[in-house]
Amino acid sequence: MSAITVTSLDERIRRSIGADGGASTTQEYFVNMGPQHPSTHGVLRLVLKLDGENVREVIPVLGYIHRGVEKMGEHLSYRQFVHLTDRLDYLSALANNWAVAKAVEKAANIETNERIETIRTIVAELQRIASHQLWWGVFGMDLGAFTPFLYGFRDREKISDILEETIGARLTMNYIQPGGVMFDIHPDFQRKVKEFLTYFRPKLEEYETLLTQNVIVQERMRGVGVLTAEKAVSMGATGPVLRASGVAHDLRRSEPYGVYAKAAFDVPVGRNGDCWDRYWVRIEEIRQSMRIIEQLIDNIPEGKHLVVKPAVRTKVPEGIHYSQVETARGIFGVMLVSDGKDVPYRIHVRTPNFNNLWTVTETAPGWRVADLVTIISSLDIVVPDIDR
Amino acid sequence: MSSWEVKTIAQRAAEAMPESVLAGAGYVLLAVGFAAAFMALMGMALIYAERKVAAHFQCRLGPMRVGPHGIFQTVADTIKLLFKEDIVPSQSDKLLHLFAPYLSMMATLLALLVLPMSPVVQIADMNIGVLYVTAVTGFGVLGVLLAGWSSNNKWSLLGAMRAGAQIISYEVSATMALLVVVMFSGSMQLSKIVESQAEGWWIWRAPVIGLVSFVIFLIASLAEISRTPFDLPEGESELTAGFHTEYSGLRFAMFFLAEFINMFIVAGMAATLFLGGWMPFHIGGFDTFNSVMDLLPPGAWFSLKSGLVVFLIMWFRWTFPRLRVDQLMKLEWKILLPIGFVNLFAAAASVVFGWYFFPIR
Repeated sequence: MSAITVTSLDERIRRSIGADGGASTTQEYFVNMGPQHPSTHGVLRLVLKLDGENVREVIPVLGYIHRGVEKMGEHLSYRQFVHLTDRLDYLSALANNWAVAKAVEKAANIETNERIETIRTIVAELQRIASHQLWWGVFGMDLGAFTPFLYGFRDREKISDILEETIGARLTMNYIQPGGVMFDIHPDFQRKVKEFLTYFRPKLEEYETLLTQNVIVQERMRGVGVLTAEKAVSMGATGPVLRASGVAHDLRRSEPYGVYAKAAFDVPVGRNGDCWDRYWVRIEEIRQSMRIIEQLIDNIPEGKHLVVKPAVRTKVPEGIHYSQVETARGIFGVMLVSDGKDVPYRIHVRTPNFNNLWTVTETAPGWRVADLVTIISSLDIVVPDIDR
Repeated sequence: MSSWEVKTIAQRAAEAMPESVLAGAGYVLLAVGFAAAFMALMGMALIYAERKVAAHFQCRLGPMRVGPHGIFQTVADTIKLLFKEDIVPSQSDKLLHLFAPYLSMMATLLALLVLPMSPVVQIADMNIGVLYVTAVTGFGVLGVLLAGWSSNNKWSLLGAMRAGAQIISYEVSATMALLVVVMFSGSMQLSKIVESQAEGWWIWRAPVIGLVSFVIFLIASLAEISRTPFDLPEGESELTAGFHTEYSGLRFAMFFLAEFINMFIVAGMAATLFLGGWMPFHIGGFDTFNSVMDLLPPGAWFSLKSGLVVFLIMWFRWTFPRLRVDQLMKLEWKILLPIGFVNLFAAAASVVFGWYFFPIR
């Protein structure tokens, strides 16, 4: 019989030698950061091994907001499952909708038209801007500046208003469904989006003067939490986190869907993979998203907004179908296993935040508690997306 | 302004004491009562001001519901805090936990006693005023350290340790900046320092040196009272609430009040030492100009000046993020302290050779 050794967290504490070379010793200790903590953005729990202020080890503990979305999906039709995806990454609800719609359309051979794809692209980009605005505000707050938070929300409100008119919801939006979008765009949609773009352009410069060019912010971000390109790729990080490390991988560019192939935009790429690069990539992405919207907003072709009858329960042929989109946080993938019925046999969701979060176990050790907060914030975590 | 013949409460108490202990104690009680009442009212006013300033920086209105423009909001908040349950964690060191807020409050109260708010409003006028203020503000860190230690919470302890390191370090720079003014005015008595600025304020009368030491004093004092960008001991996004995580109700209110009054004391000290205290804006020799400036009473001058500095401190808070622990220490020991030293030497030379406007001697 082999002996089983159980190591408790306390046994992993070791004494480390102090700066004076052994005359004094310090003891490492564990601290629970979360699940209730102001800067873990929801119910994320991190067990920290600290030596004074220095972080030695970060152990993420998950499961505080697990809702079994994938299991629930096995009992819902594909159109109904769309309504669960907005509860994953609630700041990229539309992109999540789109991933399901794309998977079903590809599997069931549903041809959508130009109008549908253009509308989808515009609303997804609008929400990407809104998501980055919110992140910017929260990032400022995690650094200790409260004002950016309210500035970010003030401008995000404008996008919420625009999307509310068309979609009917402000946060958990369900709009994109297999075969089209649920409603046609509001008559005021184009005018209001253009108004927003002219409103927001100077505000973005204001963001830069308030936070980007602040010397304290620069000191707090530069060189902090460096994630190398190899590590980022091997840990499966995607989105701005991956691109900040210098890997120019953006699904909108590498596997264009929607009408991204028609729009001209740049993929911002960082150099060092530190917090500063992750910050800069997101700010630059706001600019690029505005560029995309600007090109498309006047060129929405005529056509139907839905090519299948809403009441029809779409059947997906037997097999495994996968599709992925680029949300504000990275690659969101949906795998459908179908046995030919109108409900999936199994659904798996690949969420970007799960992989992005785990990079913190590589980047945070060696930095201080305050830096850990910066690093987590620069990863732009949405916790319901991690737990599903 | 030599026409003011004022006896402070402290003097009266000292005079009455040998004849009747009761009368002396009465004066002392009166002084403490006045200071405590002032603290409570000033605290409420400052909290209201802070909320309004913050709101307008953030494109909001702030409190608007309780009374016109929400002026009674802080009164309502105070009443709420008075009635809240006072929770003492079961694993805490109870005696120290209960005692810590008083210690914090006491430091604030003691510093308030010597602040000359006008020629007739000053509770005690000590001949070692500057030294006294430096000494008693150091008390505050004791309260914070005890609060963090006795709470038996790792986050509290982290906050307390940060506070200890920060406040003690920055006291050095703050004192260095104060010494410059002491050298120029040739006195440590706060009322004498104010009177020495009858010809002009030290911030401009001592060319550059005054301005540099004013800036150093402001930065170091901000760190001493843990205001943004140096609010690491509380650092709510890192340490939940830092040293006062485990405090609630009235005891939390005491820390909160002490923090706000400390802000006023810093503003008042900055005004007294560098901006002329209650002295109107005078330029030596310009008699007509000076008499126009005298139209505003001294109390109003002091309020204006300290109000301006308070606004500046609030402006910082709602603009800047906070520094990291090691950056904080770097700023003090590698930047502020050397500049402070050089400035002190420059001040000494300036005083000896009379290289400043309207020399005293």
